[in-house]
Amino acid sequence: MKNDIILSGVGGQGILSIASTIGLAAVANDLFLKQSEVHGMSQRGGDVQSHLRLSDKPVSSDLIPYGKADLIISVEPMESLRYLPWLSTNGWLVTNSNPFINIPDYPPLDEILKEIKKIKNHIIIDADGIAKQSGSARSGNMVILGAASPFIEMPFESLENAVIKLFGRKGDQIIEANLKALKAGREYSK
Amino acid sequence: MKKLLLLGDEAIAQAALDAGLSGMYAYPGTPSTEIMEFIQSSKDATDRNVHRQWSSNEKTAMEAALGMSYAGKRAMVAMKHVGLNVAADSFINSAITGVNGGLIIVSADDPSMHSSQNEQDSRFYGKFAFVPCFEPSNQQEAYDMVFDAFEVSEKYKLPVLLRITTRLAHSRASINQKATIPEKMLSLPADPMQFILLPAIARKKFKFLLSLYESLRYENRISKYNYFKDGRNKDLGIITCGIAYNYLLENLDKSLNDFPVLKISAYPFPKDLIKDITGRCKEILILEEGAPVIEEAIRGILDEGIKVFGRLDGTVPRDGELNPAIVAKAIGFPVSYGQNVPSLVKMRPPSFCNGCGHIDMFNSLIEAVKPYGHGHVFSDIGCYTLAALPPYSAINSCVDMGASVTMAIGASDAGLFPSIAVIGDSTFTHSGMTGLLDAVVKNSPVTIIISDNSTTGMTGGQKSQATGRLEQICEGIGVSREHIKVIVPLRKNHTENVGILKEEFEYKGVSVVIASRECIQTAAKRKRSENSNE
Repeated sequence: MKNDIILSGVGGQGILSIASTIGLAAVANDLFLKQSEVHGMSQRGGDVQSHLRLSDKPVSSDLIPYGKADLIISVEPMESLRYLPWLSTNGWLVTNSNPFINIPDYPPLDEILKEIKKIKNHIIIDADGIAKQSGSARSGNMVILGAASPFIEMPFESLENAVIKLFGRKGDQIIEANLKALKAGREYSK
Repeated sequence: MKKLLLLGDEAIAQAALDAGLSGMYAYPGTPSTEIMEFIQSSKDATDRNVHRQWSSNEKTAMEAALGMSYAGKRAMVAMKHVGLNVAADSFINSAITGVNGGLIIVSADDPSMHSSQNEQDSRFYGKFAFVPCFEPSNQQEAYDMVFDAFEVSEKYKLPVLLRITTRLAHSRASINQKATIPEKMLSLPADPMQFILLPAIARKKFKFLLSLYESLRYENRISKYNYFKDGRNKDLGIITCGIAYNYLLENLDKSLNDFPVLKISAYPFPKDLIKDITGRCKEILILEEGAPVIEEAIRGILDEGIKVFGRLDGTVPRDGELNPAIVAKAIGFPVSYGQNVPSLVKMRPPSFCNGCGHIDMFNSLIEAVKPYGHGHVFSDIGCYTLAALPPYSAINSCVDMGASVTMAIGASDAGLFPSIAVIGDSTFTHSGMTGLLDAVVKNSPVTIIISDNSTTGMTGGQKSQATGRLEQICEGIGVSREHIKVIVPLRKNHTENVGILKEEFEYKGVSVVIASRECIQTAAKRKRSENSNE
């Protein structure tokens, strides 16, 4: 088993909460894991990515080789396209449909979505909208993770348990909202 | 044995705590910041009262760590690669004094300059100072090496350099925790003259250091971190070190090519092992993350020996960090890319946060300086350097910590008027204060704007030594009270702030304008933690 996942977004959007959830689940499943993160300057509103590698054998490189990613999970639509050189032929791209516009030359959204739809395996999800419906506007990242979960080779329950562990200190209400968001995302993809 | 999921930085911090660390010293700098942050948030460190406060800069951190080592306890100091330039004086001399308690200097290099102004390779410093240097290739090795580095440090009475790079520092993997070692007791050096580098003593000690370095080189042939794995295909031998080893393994995994491989992670690198692999193979490929340190040594000036491929002949790019594709190409393996990035995808450089106080300060500065034309503003290292980019394009320099103040002085000496510096609060206490003293002593007509967001912002909001002290510091250095102006950078104060800046630009002496408003990120973090404590 090998899952090479690229997480993408804009600094401040919190892609690391997705990475931490998958990471906790991977440890619980006794998988080997390497997760490369971006800290520092780019976190100030620049493009950020995280390479997450899960395997039942030890992982060598902290970076995913080009053309080998099984999955791109993006919390921002334009950012999902930045990492296509890494996506394998049969890989999946799961992205939020809501743009984060902090540059003057941000392209028209419909053209971005048109490019995403050219990818063989793609899921575009209105994570912000679904998160609001689940009762927690801030749990959009968990909606996206839920939508990507069918392509991560781990039992769904282990992701749920990871959410409980990750948000444990923040109280039952926040845990419930995030679990609901995670499930709503998964339902969308099914 | 406990398994932990840790960043490379965190693995180093955890190892130091487990190995009986008594004092951690650092100044924030990407990619090294998380080492100190991990220790500050560790319950174990709090219970044991391990020293864990930020220092004003890397030099003060290095010297304080040396002081703790003098007193017999284990100390660690961490910094980014350019921080070692700041600490270089004490670092290099600490090799000559030697240590008492174990002392590790972690220098985190940033090849490809993700968040830095250069990509210098700290291994040069190891060689320069004649100290042992370890370079881990993964998080477990980083963890284990801290234990060994403390032992080597105490065995040879030398400081040990631990060189890491961004990818290792900021990549998470699970590590096996070792049994813990208790902290050392206070004990003074056996030789009361050990730390006195008077020339007569230093000469003797330096001779000894030189001979010690050659013994270390010899011993490193049996270091568990330097190993040779023979292979059947002797057409190519591969020498690799640090994280480059992972990219090699990533490629060899899928290949039937069975090359002899020498991995070097403990320096000074052993001549014997290098002679051994070069003697077995027809050609040699050298993979190093950073500068061609080993490659230059093997080639020498004449480069007449075995055929060598590496960064110096273009087989591997001369600059920038490695990745699996670069390594594959260097060996001659094909690289398969996915799809191209569609042309509509635009660059998204880092930018100021919405509502950031620096924005309002720069808007006032831009208007105030406009009548004088372009080229009057020297700046520094921090979030405010982002004002170099449009729509601001408001600064004309960013060189090293503190250089805004001193470059403004030099340009003013040359006749530039007005000559303005923009420096952050933490950068000012790191290296701006001494420059300000120069300005005061000769009454340079410069205006120093301290953009005070009451934190070390770019690295994620660490405590700033300057908070609450800036006015007294400037006054104490000798800036006249009438020319220390405190403004609040808010849109509603814009006109007033422009007026104050213009007035100070025209003043023919040293003036300091402190533009003070808390970083919105740290303010939000503070409010969150205040709420959760209620």
